[in-house]
Amino acid sequence: MSEVPSELKYTESHEWLRAEDDGLVTVGISDHAQALLGDLVFVELPEAGTEFVTGDECCVVESVKAASDVYMPISGEIVAVNEALADEPEIINSSPYDNGWLFKVRPSANEMADLMDADAYQAEIDE
Amino acid sequence: MTMSNKTVLFDKHVEYNGKIVDFAGWQMPVNYGSQIDEHHQVRTDAGMFDVSHMVIVDIEVATDAATEAASIKDFLQHMLANDVAKLTESGKALYSCMLNTEGGVIDDLIVYYMNDEWYRVVVNAGTAEKDLAWLNQHAESFGVSVKARDDLAMIAVQGPHAREKSFDALPVDVVEAATPLKRFFGADCGDWFVGRTGYTGEDGFEIMMPLSEAPALWDKLANAGIKPCGLGARDTLRLEAGMNLYGNDMTEDTSPLISGLGWTISWQPEDRAFIGRDVLEKEKAEGIKQKIVGLILEERGVLREHQKVIVELNGEQLEGEALIGDALIGEITSGTFSPSLQKSIALARVPVEIGETCAVEIRGKLLKASVVKPVFVRDGQPV
Repeated sequence: MSEVPSELKYTESHEWLRAEDDGLVTVGISDHAQALLGDLVFVELPEAGTEFVTGDECCVVESVKAASDVYMPISGEIVAVNEALADEPEIINSSPYDNGWLFKVRPSANEMADLMDADAYQAEIDE
Repeated sequence: MTMSNKTVLFDKHVEYNGKIVDFAGWQMPVNYGSQIDEHHQVRTDAGMFDVSHMVIVDIEVATDAATEAASIKDFLQHMLANDVAKLTESGKALYSCMLNTEGGVIDDLIVYYMNDEWYRVVVNAGTAEKDLAWLNQHAESFGVSVKARDDLAMIAVQGPHAREKSFDALPVDVVEAATPLKRFFGADCGDWFVGRTGYTGEDGFEIMMPLSEAPALWDKLANAGIKPCGLGARDTLRLEAGMNLYGNDMTEDTSPLISGLGWTISWQPEDRAFIGRDVLEKEKAEGIKQKIVGLILEERGVLREHQKVIVELNGEQLEGEALIGDALIGEITSGTFSPSLQKSIALARVPVEIGETCAVEIRGKLLKASVVKPVFVRDGQPV
């Protein structure tokens, strides 16, 4: 069974989002997504300072098997990326919701309410 | 539509937590947890693969054939680009392509010579149907019969300790038959058959047995310390070993001469008229324009099939994202991340002019790659 922490928001394309106290939003891929991909071997992160709108391809995660796009779950500016993933992309497999975060966004609109909560996402991946 | 088939070991794969995917119409385990762990397991110790989806074909003298005229050797010398006349010792195996009349590859296979009345061939799962049709189409005029052995299962045990560990699990008489085998030889033992062959670049066996015996053997092999491995690890292992994958690195539209398989064509004797020979001779006479090379990516990223390879010309630099107008272009046929080298590697079909480096286009960017012989790891060691 995949872990689906209750305090996070989720997308249909398997990104998770955490609203931080400083107004930023941290983004990663779900436990379900990392399990589907298998052993991760490369992450192409966006550059800090880049602005994206919801649905943009902003990042690529590659497992031994295949490359998979990560979509921007909300509009905003990338303010930080997880540099540790350059050398150790497998952190995403071992800690998808903590050490395996991908990037932090400064949201340009209030879109968090439109995203799935944990129950909705759990139902989505149970289908 | 292809039915999704299950091998006799399907329930074992589920029991051992295999993640099941569709492969060539078969429901097969891609891994049992971590593809990379399984890869290292085979390189350093012993792993096992269910390869029962592959098809074992026995070529025998047809019962209704005039015995004096029937010749399996003549048949296979006509059907295969490599020459079974090289097989003079019982049990010896040979790797060969089977070509169409255009010199394209219908399949690659292994043929074991057992005796003049029995050769055993192992072909790929995805091509088995057309292979059998092609063999059958020509069998009658040689007085031979072609029999698919779907009553047999096959398990490959691979790795430096695979053979010794398998001896704890195999029936005693099978161990006796398998113990003296040299590399690339096989031996039968009743309904069982063991070949000292494989598709990983490591030592090991491919073990064939009656369907009903396979699930119990799987458990015994696991108990002997041979870890179940999925098709994912099988692919990274074979690619590191520089072994071609049918459908990727060669197809019906590519000749062996541009698929890194020229070494498997037996040109002597000159009067051996194997199917496709005339086309290959013409291709050779006109000059071969492409070849398969190995690539090692020198930057971060992962090489994948169908990515474009840009061959550096006259030392000209390939800068940024600008493609040089008249640059020669090749294509990656198989690419992956190599767990042994911790770098991305690939096989690529490229113009023969390629030098020591090239660029690969990945998502619009040009990344530098070294050009090497198409073999990366053998017997656990980087080549």
